[in-house]
Amino acid sequence: MTILDIQAYRLRLPDTARPVLDGVDLTVRAGETVALVGESGSGKSLTSRSVLGLLPDGATTGGTVRVNGEDVLTMTPERLRDLRTGTAAMVFQDPRAAINPLRRLGDFLTESVRLNGRLAAAAAAERAAEMLDAVGLPAAVLDRYPGQVSGGMLQRVMIAAALMGDPALILADEPTTALDVTTQAEVVALLGDLQERFGTGLLFVTHDLGLAAAISDRVSVMYAGRIVETGPAEDLFDRPRHPYTAALLASTPRLDAPQGRLAAIEGRPPGLREELTGCPFAPRCPIATELCTEQAPALLSIEAEPGRRTACHHSDRTGEGSADA
Amino acid sequence: MSFLRFIVRRLLEMAATLAGASLVIFGAMYLAPGSPASFLLAGRSATPEALQAVNAQYHLNDPFIVQYLRWAGQILHGDFGRSITYRTDVSRLLADRLPATLLLVAMALVLVVALGLLLGWIGAVRGGAADSTILIGTTVALGTPSFVAAVLLQGLFAVKLGWFPTGGTGDGLGSMLWHLVLPALALALYLIGMLARVTRAAMVEVLGQEHVTVARSRGVTGHQVIRRHVFRNALGTVLTTGGLIVSTLLVCTVLVETAFSVGGVGQLLELSTTTKDFPTVQAISLILVGLFMAVNLVVDLLHPLVDPRVTLGAGRAAG
Repeated sequence: MTILDIQAYRLRLPDTARPVLDGVDLTVRAGETVALVGESGSGKSLTSRSVLGLLPDGATTGGTVRVNGEDVLTMTPERLRDLRTGTAAMVFQDPRAAINPLRRLGDFLTESVRLNGRLAAAAAAERAAEMLDAVGLPAAVLDRYPGQVSGGMLQRVMIAAALMGDPALILADEPTTALDVTTQAEVVALLGDLQERFGTGLLFVTHDLGLAAAISDRVSVMYAGRIVETGPAEDLFDRPRHPYTAALLASTPRLDAPQGRLAAIEGRPPGLREELTGCPFAPRCPIATELCTEQAPALLSIEAEPGRRTACHHSDRTGEGSADA
Repeated sequence: MSFLRFIVRRLLEMAATLAGASLVIFGAMYLAPGSPASFLLAGRSATPEALQAVNAQYHLNDPFIVQYLRWAGQILHGDFGRSITYRTDVSRLLADRLPATLLLVAMALVLVVALGLLLGWIGAVRGGAADSTILIGTTVALGTPSFVAAVLLQGLFAVKLGWFPTGGTGDGLGSMLWHLVLPALALALYLIGMLARVTRAAMVEVLGQEHVTVARSRGVTGHQVIRRHVFRNALGTVLTTGGLIVSTLLVCTVLVETAFSVGGVGQLLELSTTTKDFPTVQAISLILVGLFMAVNLVVDLLHPLVDPRVTLGAGRAAG
């Protein structure tokens, strides 16, 4: 069953020359983990926030963002509130910033279900203790203030809070970026465990390719507000079919291949003030041709590789070591 | 630091401050032009014998330190001395006039808190035209000293419309409340503007914080987010301003009570200053110092209740 189904989603901000998100397609099925990878500003956080209807001021949208078949973009405020308290929940990047420092963690955990009448105060506290147990924290945390626990514990509280409304979909927006490395591994393992145990769909937003490969079933790569490549995690990382994916992989440090300098991708992503004709990656692409600068490639299925799609005019040439260029 | 240790330390500090302030207040009598004795004789050319008698009656010939210690000792026994102008005990004068002043300050404080918070809240949450209107209004309020506000309010509501009395204190609680409406407004106007500005700025700052977006993303709706997170987190700043507000109210009662002929302690301070009624001036000054310190103590005690990151006597804790 498809929990999240984003089709041709466009998002435009005031005073910009091109849409920030331009025809994003993305699906997450129940019990599935999908990683959304890309560099800063590629639109991955904006995409995940859109799923909860959190749009920037003045944004205009097109396409559909369906959660359990219902379009978030056209929901009434009441339906949107139901979505946010039950169906979908987000784990934010920096738990220190995401949790009100002046209120007890018990209040944070229970406020969503209590205020919307889903659970009475006592039942909510009981469920909060259960969820804390599920993330490996004692119930005593309920009485603490955010300033009294560590960052890793706080991110666990954040995850427990996301589970409070028994969601079908969890959106994790770079949930480990603000944590130190050992804590990162714990949090990722925890998310994986819980996702399996509760059967939720998980959209994992990250810029860390290694992490994406480790945790996800499928990966979508984003560049300049478009999905440029999508497919099963293993296939996509083994045989990238878009030059951007290939270049990203080449610029990822690897322990098993000690070599001099890291490869970097020349140039920078296009700004929001310039219009885009053709492929957004063309100016930085080693195999770009005239066609690439003139015509935007569509996200098309790759023959002989089921479940994979890529938006490149020359996807047949990408596997040939062009990333080393 | 335990609560008890904090309280004991603060009380000792306050006692020391009060002792220092009392020395300055008492010493100021010697710095003021004109001697108390000459004023007591009210400009009449006095014989050296008469002058001598007055000096002896008020112990004006003793050394400064002896006079100070005698005065301080009396105050510790609850005796503020006798008023030179009114020829009664200063404590009696204060007891008669304190209710009017306390009522005035309380009414003004209620106005400041209610309107200041409300206007700040609306400005921060609504934005747009409401915000601009409030901005203009608070700018005018901030630019209007209480004595100017007093004259304007008197002219409009007392003289022209006749809704309220032009001045006086009134007898009995009902009449006093009635008489103190305009003075309280005059006293509150500037501070309403100030508190509205402070509240708005603090709330706008919190509105931009991530945890507010997070609360919304969890289905906490508009009004609840504002109350539980935005206003709640702005309270610390508001409380800090609270100490300043109460202090300003106390000081400005002098101007407003004089303008409206309210028979309170503020007016008494003004009258006794112009008539060089030293015992009265000294007593009121000392009481004001004590009140300032008490207000600050209350604010410090409330702070940890508003912000769990603050611990008594240690400021904001790390984290």
